Amino acid sequence: MASPARRQPRARPSAPPPIVILAGAGAAFFIIPLIGLLLRTPWTSAWQELGSPEVLAALRLSLLASFSATAIALVLGVPLAWTFARLTFPGRSVLRALTVLPMVLPPVVGGVALLLAFGRRGLIGGWLATAFGIHLPFTTAGAIMAETFVAMPFLVITVEAGLRSMDTRFEDAARTLGAGRWTVLWRVTLPLVRPSLMAGAVLCWARALGEFGATITFAGNFPGRTQTMPLAVYLALETNPDAAIVLSLVLLVVSLAVLIGLRDRWFGAS
Amino acid sequence: MRARLAAALGLMAVTALSGACGTSAPAGSPALSGTITVFAASSLNEGYTAMGKEFQKSHPGTMVTFTFGGSSMLVSQIQQGAIGDVFASADQPNMQKLIDARLTAESPIVFARNNLEIVVGKGNPQHITNLSDLGRSGLVVVLCAPAVPCGRYAAQALQKAGVTVRPASQEADVKAVLSKVALGEADAGIVYITDVKAAGTAVEGVAIPPALNVVAEYPIVILKDSQNRALARAFISYILTDGRRILAGYGFTSP
Repeated sequence: MASPARRQPRARPSAPPPIVILAGAGAAFFIIPLIGLLLRTPWTSAWQELGSPEVLAALRLSLLASFSATAIALVLGVPLAWTFARLTFPGRSVLRALTVLPMVLPPVVGGVALLLAFGRRGLIGGWLATAFGIHLPFTTAGAIMAETFVAMPFLVITVEAGLRSMDTRFEDAARTLGAGRWTVLWRVTLPLVRPSLMAGAVLCWARALGEFGATITFAGNFPGRTQTMPLAVYLALETNPDAAIVLSLVLLVVSLAVLIGLRDRWFGAS
Repeated sequence: MRARLAAALGLMAVTALSGACGTSAPAGSPALSGTITVFAASSLNEGYTAMGKEFQKSHPGTMVTFTFGGSSMLVSQIQQGAIGDVFASADQPNMQKLIDARLTAESPIVFARNNLEIVVGKGNPQHITNLSDLGRSGLVVVLCAPAVPCGRYAAQALQKAGVTVRPASQEADVKAVLSKVALGEADAGIVYITDVKAAGTAVEGVAIPPALNVVAEYPIVILKDSQNRALARAFISYILTDGRRILAGYGFTSP
């Protein structure tokens, strides 16, 4: 936790040429496809596409669903990360592996799994429907759920890593000074892991925003209700590739704006 | 290990060479060999897979690989430079897109026809008997998206029947509609007869009378960039002769 001000001024490290070359290739690998997208963009018709009610509906739904998924992931995922980082209990590593499984599971399979659990004939979906009248497939709630399922692991592992690398002596000190467990958690632990908390939330949000497979499988595709931007892009690609490119560009601009904005706000401008 | 790699590379070279020979040989010559890639509409999945196996059996040394997907998605892929030899579409407009883009080698041939059917869950729990029933409130109906051929056909059939359906979802392809009904998430959907047949006992079909039904025509064509036109031509003529019997087994009708 050394503050930057105390750090010794250092000479800028000289970069070994192989690293510069490989880093350049790595950057090009990300940037060239984006240039391809920009070059193919039909700028003249782009504004028309942007203003269409379908695009606005998809964009609104995407923002709503991705931020909701991030909020749910924070509420459920942070306690989960804390449990994995601080408690030892039998089967912890198995449970931990299971909760990060959605990261490697093909999202479409995740969507089918959600249907088998929360669908009309699912494990608890039937009970939810008869007891509470809650239907999740084909609803916006279902789209949020699919995004949460796929995106939450990113938050869990980031926050867990933050908690593990944290210096626990601060917590011990607070405790010896008479702070209760809640006070320690709220006033010491969470502020100390704030960078990982923020990084985890941003990763989770970005993953949720781009989610496609689980959403279309579990929530289906209906404009205004479950058709998020990635679904709109996929379907537009079949009929109107120009519109699909414009839609992708909108998604890119919005996510870049949020990522850059949050970075300055949360991590301090660098 | 190295010897095995060399052998594999040698074999690949031979295959590539013989593929090149196949291209220059006249159509129908017995020296068919090499590999072709066939882009085919999702609804052809089971029929074409079975047919590919039969074709390879009667033409040893050849290999037919398939890429199945929504016709419109396949057209986009071919337009973006996907390499293949044959394209089989579930409708004419998507084939026309390829013709307009000058990506076909010759005129397409219609090799099969298909009809629509209402797909419902096992035992038809909602007692759906006709298209008008799909307009009932409280019924969860899923259709293909309007951009996909099955979605356009379904819209035509519903229009003929004068029924307004409010679908719970507009799926990206016909198999997605089928799986939503098979999983019990949707009460009904509109798919091809062949899909209901291929799905086996998980679902049931409710016939749509011919007056309200739509005939889907399946055209097939050799792609301009095909590297093995001889084999592609042989495969298409197989589809038009022996293959018809196989496709009929999956519910397709002959044109």
